[in-house]
Amino acid sequence: MTDNHIDQPESRVPARVIGTPSSNGPILSGDNRREAGAAFLADEDVHEVKGVPGVVYQDPASARRAERLVALLFTITFLAGAAFIAAYVAFQVGTIDKTAVSNYALGGTLSVALLSLASGITLWVRRIMPKYYLVQERHPMASDSATREYVKETFLEGANESGFVKHKLLRRTLLLAAAPLGLAPLVLLKDLGPLPGTSLRHTVWGAPTKDGKPRRLVVEGTGQPIRAADFNSPGGILSVVPEGYEEDLNALAKATLILLKFRPEEIKSGTNLNWTHDGIVAYSKICTHVGCPAALYEQTTHHILCPCHQSTFDAADGAKVIFGPAARPLPQLPIGIDGEGYLVAKSDFNVPVGPSFWERGDAEAEAREKKA
Amino acid sequence: MNTPPKAIADTSTFLDDRLGAGRFLKRNLRKVFPDHWSFLLGEIALYSFIILLLTGTFLTLWFKPSMGEVTYSGSYQPLVGVRMSEAYASALNISFDVRGGLLIRQIHHWAALLFVAGMTVHMLRVFFTGAYRKPRELNWLIGVGLLTLALLEGLTGYSLPDDLLSGAGLRITEGVMMAIPIVGTYITFFLFGGEYPGHDVISRFFTIHILLIPGILLALISAHMILMWVQKHTQMPGTGRAETNVVGAPFYPAFMAKAGAFFLFTFAVIALLGTFAQINPIWLFGPYTPADISAGSQPDFYMGFLEGALRLMPSWEINFWGHTVALSVLIPALVPMGIIMTGLALYPFAEQWITGDRREHHIADRPRNNPHRTAIGISGIAFYGILWLLGANDEISANFKVSLYSTTIFGRFAIFIGPAIAYLIAYRICIGLQRKDAEVLSHGVESGVIKRMPNGEYIEVHTPAAQDIADHMRGKELIPVIESGVDGEGIPPKSARTALGRLRAKMSEAYGTDRVPFDGDGHAHDAGHHEEEHAAVGSGGDHKQLH
Amino acid sequence: MIGTGISVNSITARRRHPLARFAVVALALGLLGGGYAVAAPNGSSADAAIASGKADDVAQGKSLFVAHCASCHGLNAEGSGKAPTLVGVGAAAVDFQVSSGRMPAADAGPQAPRKPLADWVTPQAIKDLAAYVQSLGGGPTVPSAEQVDPAKGDPAKGGELFRANCIQCHNFVGAGGALTYGKYAPPLNPATPTQIYEAMITGPQAMPVFNDSTITPEQKRDMIAYITHVRSQVDPGGSGLGRIGPVTEGLVAWIAGISLLILAAIWITAKKRRAKA
Repeated sequence: MTDNHIDQPESRVPARVIGTPSSNGPILSGDNRREAGAAFLADEDVHEVKGVPGVVYQDPASARRAERLVALLFTITFLAGAAFIAAYVAFQVGTIDKTAVSNYALGGTLSVALLSLASGITLWVRRIMPKYYLVQERHPMASDSATREYVKETFLEGANESGFVKHKLLRRTLLLAAAPLGLAPLVLLKDLGPLPGTSLRHTVWGAPTKDGKPRRLVVEGTGQPIRAADFNSPGGILSVVPEGYEEDLNALAKATLILLKFRPEEIKSGTNLNWTHDGIVAYSKICTHVGCPAALYEQTTHHILCPCHQSTFDAADGAKVIFGPAARPLPQLPIGIDGEGYLVAKSDFNVPVGPSFWERGDAEAEAREKKA
Repeated sequence: MNTPPKAIADTSTFLDDRLGAGRFLKRNLRKVFPDHWSFLLGEIALYSFIILLLTGTFLTLWFKPSMGEVTYSGSYQPLVGVRMSEAYASALNISFDVRGGLLIRQIHHWAALLFVAGMTVHMLRVFFTGAYRKPRELNWLIGVGLLTLALLEGLTGYSLPDDLLSGAGLRITEGVMMAIPIVGTYITFFLFGGEYPGHDVISRFFTIHILLIPGILLALISAHMILMWVQKHTQMPGTGRAETNVVGAPFYPAFMAKAGAFFLFTFAVIALLGTFAQINPIWLFGPYTPADISAGSQPDFYMGFLEGALRLMPSWEINFWGHTVALSVLIPALVPMGIIMTGLALYPFAEQWITGDRREHHIADRPRNNPHRTAIGISGIAFYGILWLLGANDEISANFKVSLYSTTIFGRFAIFIGPAIAYLIAYRICIGLQRKDAEVLSHGVESGVIKRMPNGEYIEVHTPAAQDIADHMRGKELIPVIESGVDGEGIPPKSARTALGRLRAKMSEAYGTDRVPFDGDGHAHDAGHHEEEHAAVGSGGDHKQLH
Repeated sequence: MIGTGISVNSITARRRHPLARFAVVALALGLLGGGYAVAAPNGSSADAAIASGKADDVAQGKSLFVAHCASCHGLNAEGSGKAPTLVGVGAAAVDFQVSSGRMPAADAGPQAPRKPLADWVTPQAIKDLAAYVQSLGGGPTVPSAEQVDPAKGDPAKGGELFRANCIQCHNFVGAGGALTYGKYAPPLNPATPTQIYEAMITGPQAMPVFNDSTITPEQKRDMIAYITHVRSQVDPGGSGLGRIGPVTEGLVAWIAGISLLILAAIWITAKKRRAKA
């Protein structure tokens, strides 16, 4: 605690000298090792205490035996390292099987090299280097009171000298000057993205098509439109995307559907029958919890299960929530058929699809009111 | 050999002439580091970080952080001709068309898991040994910051390959951000450059993942190391060890060699995992599209507790005045993380407030010797562990044939009951272990020597415990209790007069009271003596500042 | 001193060696890992091609039906409280259910599992049964060998359809997944190409139907090509860890990674206790 003397600026070298041999002390080697050990114990800070043995040298014979083992391990590292380079040259990639071979060869040699080097060094420390039980003094972290006092005074003195305390106008205008500069980086971030507006309330199902006809439902992955008469097996499901947006991920993130085929008697009151066609019902595939595609469908129970957090919806009953964290049913899309018998969207969803957000409100209630 | 080789001597002189490095080395070459296996746990994280920097740099040489669409034409046959983002295509390219690319990718991912796992076990060690106590609170706070940043770093990295699995994670991130009241949609649109998924998020995450967060991590890790160096490491109680010293091996040469060996072990284990255990096989997942998802979509383990919290939650949502608060998203996303991170950050200060202990501590507590702290820690582990387990409930259900909903319903109860049970069990175990210590100190240990007494009875001879073991046990330090009792005139101290003061006094008594005191010979003894010891603690050091 | 001193010093010393308990933990972990490796499902699949044909010994099928199926499905396959009607399910459904061992069901669980075939279940017996059920009311028929030949499919196209329609339940490589109330999507590894095809057209148990007019037979063959290709493909990065994603990876990081590193840390820092006199 008394190490630092503020009135002696030269003492930037702390008086705490740790574990170094005195400057004219012997360098470790050969016969004078014991003496060297004693040298760092003699240091003012690192010393031997009662019951602690200090520096204990290994038995030279045992150390020589260990040396041979360590040398063997280092040699293995050398060989494995060389093998790694050889494996890089020898094994090409380009097919999955070749990649597997290359991975095993490179990784195997690398692992062996590292492992034996690590083991070698560990043995070196444990069996060749001395055992150390050195004791070093600790000092409280706090500076002594004289230092604290000095710093405090210097700080106040400097503040006064700078005029920052006395010149009010200087202080205030400096703060004023800093404010807009501090805000500038935040302002710059504004162009990171557009504002949400009402974009979360619409999907491309409501967007007009080129020829003004209703938008067709097409099969995800093939892009084929779906003839209602073909989707005729009760218990059937299809993952469906809007025609013209098959590759547009932004559109798909809201507009993907699951299309289900029921026997007419299976559909319950929660489902809007006007929005179905011949037992075919379309729900948003985007879970109302946090937006995963909810698409695990059990045709026997009509459960739609979201694989992320296991919200479960009853597809026969308007996709109402029967288990899990989702708070709202999957929105139903009004569908019908066009002149050629293909399934089309009659309009957009009447509520926002996907996860809840602050501006959403109780869109379902609003939709009901509008209808009534 | 009394003089160093010329090459070394000349270089040293050159450097010292210019840097004055000699003074630093004089102080530090023989800096003493205490030896205990648990003191190396933090190094797992440190070395994993170094490996992450090295392998990460390698990966950036080929990775294209772009969401531009391409048609794949590389070596992996089942995806040839499939449309995908450039990011995903380049990640496939690294895996199958760059020699060693797959290995480095896997090493990078395994190192990321071990980075967080290493931080976790290191943090638990620091917690259970009380090594966060004064003067190390700041370093503890840096550690909590590092852990939080590591989670963010992991999340951004997980998303970069733009495969179907990472996309699911990104989608959930988006859903959670959207649920934030008032600003949620704005933040989401700013991050994604518009509607999800947009065309910007991969390149933005790339910058965050390879520059911003690693930069902060590097700075904080340096600060963490410097503070550790300056404050010197804590040590376990034992022969010759005191609050005023540190016993161990010098930095040069012993500790340096040990640290080097442990770096190589860390690298070797990660390389072994990277060679023999496949991680994140993105080619099997396929390219990302928001329309598809796989069963068993999971985050990496360190996000598992958040995933579990989301799965546990019932469907609560509030609508008012045209606004929505999605409690079923917000509570699980914020509360467990909040409890864990805030709890960790505040614990050192809460403990100080309860015990009134303002002294410096350099001797680590053995976990059993602070039973309430240990029980709180175990309780926290149970809380985290149950959430983590529930984050994998679909895999548990599928692989162990348990009904899916049963796991969720179990979790809903377990999350409240589990930590309480864990607390009680941990507390009892601590007390039991303390009793065992007391017994060893008073009666010695079983010697393995069986003796037949003159009356024919067999007994096992007990011998006194070895000196180092006994010293280790006697290192138990009493936890101070703030003064709350009435003084001679029946007036409680000022601090204990308010309701908060009384609560504090009660907590302090419960937290600090020693249930299994040792005396000089290690005999458990009566409460009278025990009061004296408290008095002794109370009268020493800064303790009186409290009143 | 009176008495007999029996020294068990050496054993005790070894048992009390500071590394001993860690060695026990390591051993336990090793056994656990080894046990898992043995128990873990392996990728190979029995590719028992079940010949589909027109062998229509309806009468033979009927007698098999009465012996093995009628107790649940009714004497004329009209169904009962225990089991659905089989009129109109078609030969494909019979072939799928019986050839995979799901039917006859063993007991009333949430879902009939795949199991080893009973002795009477021969390809001919399945054919006869299928012919009988087909004769009751038509329905999807057993696909031809060419219809399900993976070599004729396009795995890349099939992969896209597989990801759009199958992986939400069956997982990205067909490792299976959980459904509600104890039901599950089974792993696809043991399924033959014919069974995969039949499952899609008949929608067994909880599985939905993918009929031929919306997912064409060629597209189904593409999917079969993808499924069989991926399941037989090596894992280039080492053990696939069950191919179920990050859950097993996290377990390995902790159980293998952290444990090995703790052992290394113990080795580096362990003190050698000098033998006591």
